[in-house]
Amino acid sequence: MAPTDRRYTKEHEWARLDGQTVTIGITDFAQQQLGDVVYVELPKIGDTLTAMRPFGVVESVKAASDLFSPIGGEVIEVNAALDGAPELVNQDPYDQGWIIKARPSDPAEIDTLLTAEQYDTLTEGEQQH
Amino acid sequence: MPYSPHTEADRRRMLDAIGIASLDQLFSIIDPSLRRFAFDVPPMLPELDLQRHLGKLAAKNLDATTHPIFLGAGSYFHYIPAAVPALASRGEFSTSYTPYQPEVSQGTLQAMYEFQSMVCALMGLDVANASVYDGATALAEATTMARNITGRDSIAVPTTLHPHYRSVLDAYGVPLITLDVNLRERPSLDPGVVAGKLTDDVAALVVPSPNVLGVLEDWSALAEVAHQRGALLIAAANPVALGILAGPGACGADIAVAEGQPLGIPPAFGGPALGLMATRTRHLRHLPGRIVGAALDAAGRPGYVLTLRAREQDIRRERAASNICTNQSLIALQAAIYMSLLGKEGLPDIARVCAQRAHYAARRIAALPRYGVGADPFFHEFVVRCPIPAEEVARRVLNKGMVSGLPLGRWYPELERSLLVCVTEVHTREDIDDLVAALGDVG
Repeated sequence: MAPTDRRYTKEHEWARLDGQTVTIGITDFAQQQLGDVVYVELPKIGDTLTAMRPFGVVESVKAASDLFSPIGGEVIEVNAALDGAPELVNQDPYDQGWIIKARPSDPAEIDTLLTAEQYDTLTEGEQQH
Repeated sequence: MPYSPHTEADRRRMLDAIGIASLDQLFSIIDPSLRRFAFDVPPMLPELDLQRHLGKLAAKNLDATTHPIFLGAGSYFHYIPAAVPALASRGEFSTSYTPYQPEVSQGTLQAMYEFQSMVCALMGLDVANASVYDGATALAEATTMARNITGRDSIAVPTTLHPHYRSVLDAYGVPLITLDVNLRERPSLDPGVVAGKLTDDVAALVVPSPNVLGVLEDWSALAEVAHQRGALLIAAANPVALGILAGPGACGADIAVAEGQPLGIPPAFGGPALGLMATRTRHLRHLPGRIVGAALDAAGRPGYVLTLRAREQDIRRERAASNICTNQSLIALQAAIYMSLLGKEGLPDIARVCAQRAHYAARRIAALPRYGVGADPFFHEFVVRCPIPAEEVARRVLNKGMVSGLPLGRWYPELERSLLVCVTEVHTREDIDDLVAALGDVG
């Protein structure tokens, strides 16, 4: 089950709002589908995020996939630990494997994303394929 | 390669198989204006007569093995040991030269891995790809890398960049900032002047050395200037010169490119050529093209694989690092064989002989009345200032059975009286003395 303290996208990113900061990562379902993550291409601090536009790339032994920003805003921090340890995305996708932190241009935008329940329904559907 | 045409019966069978009456009918879908193939070819000849005819035509050319050719300008004459073509044309290499199922061709991958290792050693950098199309393409791809790495848009290039390279950059649509160089008085970059031209928008400074006039540039000072401005330094090198000169890596370059043709590839009619590309580990994921890596198989045995494929267009589609996806495998193999035959001592030896003979030629020509040679440092190519237009000098020397060099007015109108002369190990002292005498006669 996806954690209920955050919201989700159809592209399998999660976003959690803490005060004025949104933390963004990929879901457990996404990391399982990707397989061993070998590299995460991070944006630069200060980069502008646009909702559902690519902001980085997660590369596994199987594929390179774009990371889509759940919300619009500005990058304020990147998870530098991923540079030396991209496997954190596999091991702990919801906590230590976070990817960026951002200042949202409109914090209410997060409410338009999928709830944990909606996301679980989505992934159950995808798993059946 | 033998020419095996289809017989009339072959054609009939193929046409019958697809159910049409004639070849014309097959092509009828193409607009008639595009179908006018009026080849002015004489009637068929017996093979023996045809060989003789072509032999006569070929004999009209000046042959580099019998007539000294002091022409370089981007493509260079060097001696190619017979073992290079003999090994490179072996079927085991030539039939699997472009590996579509790469890991099956372990020999090809191992050769590419060794090639990459040699390019790294030559450039003094950490990682190299398995080659791209030619030196100009390597430069264009390097500018894309620099723009992706820095997030900046434009590329600073001096007027001393080979004009053919410049036109490839234009074809790629690279936004260029031109650094004007005084080609007549001081044909090299002044780091102080360059510093003032590198705006916040410049992703990289491109520094060819030797530049198109043969002059060696100060990569180290220029790298410092570029880095101070937040830009990268892209060094464009001559691989043979690197036998005796400090490599781009030691001079602080971030990306190095070179035309690999001097490494055992004949200077045929403009090709095939070979683009060398190397960079530092931190930019590895921006490096385009094929990269061969060493790996262990499931049983722990060493082997070679194509690696970091996810950067490439076949996987990452429109967001790929480049659209290269391939390499000049067979030509890179030739270069790898050439470099391994020469070894760590051989390449510096060749480079030293080139430099010594070129400097001997320059001294002799400078001593001729009414001729001049610049004081700028050079490797094996230099500009000769002529008393009359260089085209006229070249034409008159050609009548004496020698190609004296490139009249630079073709590329730079202000250099109408300048001739670009290249001397390598293939030129004997006698060849050089003949050139000096010929120049003395015609000037």
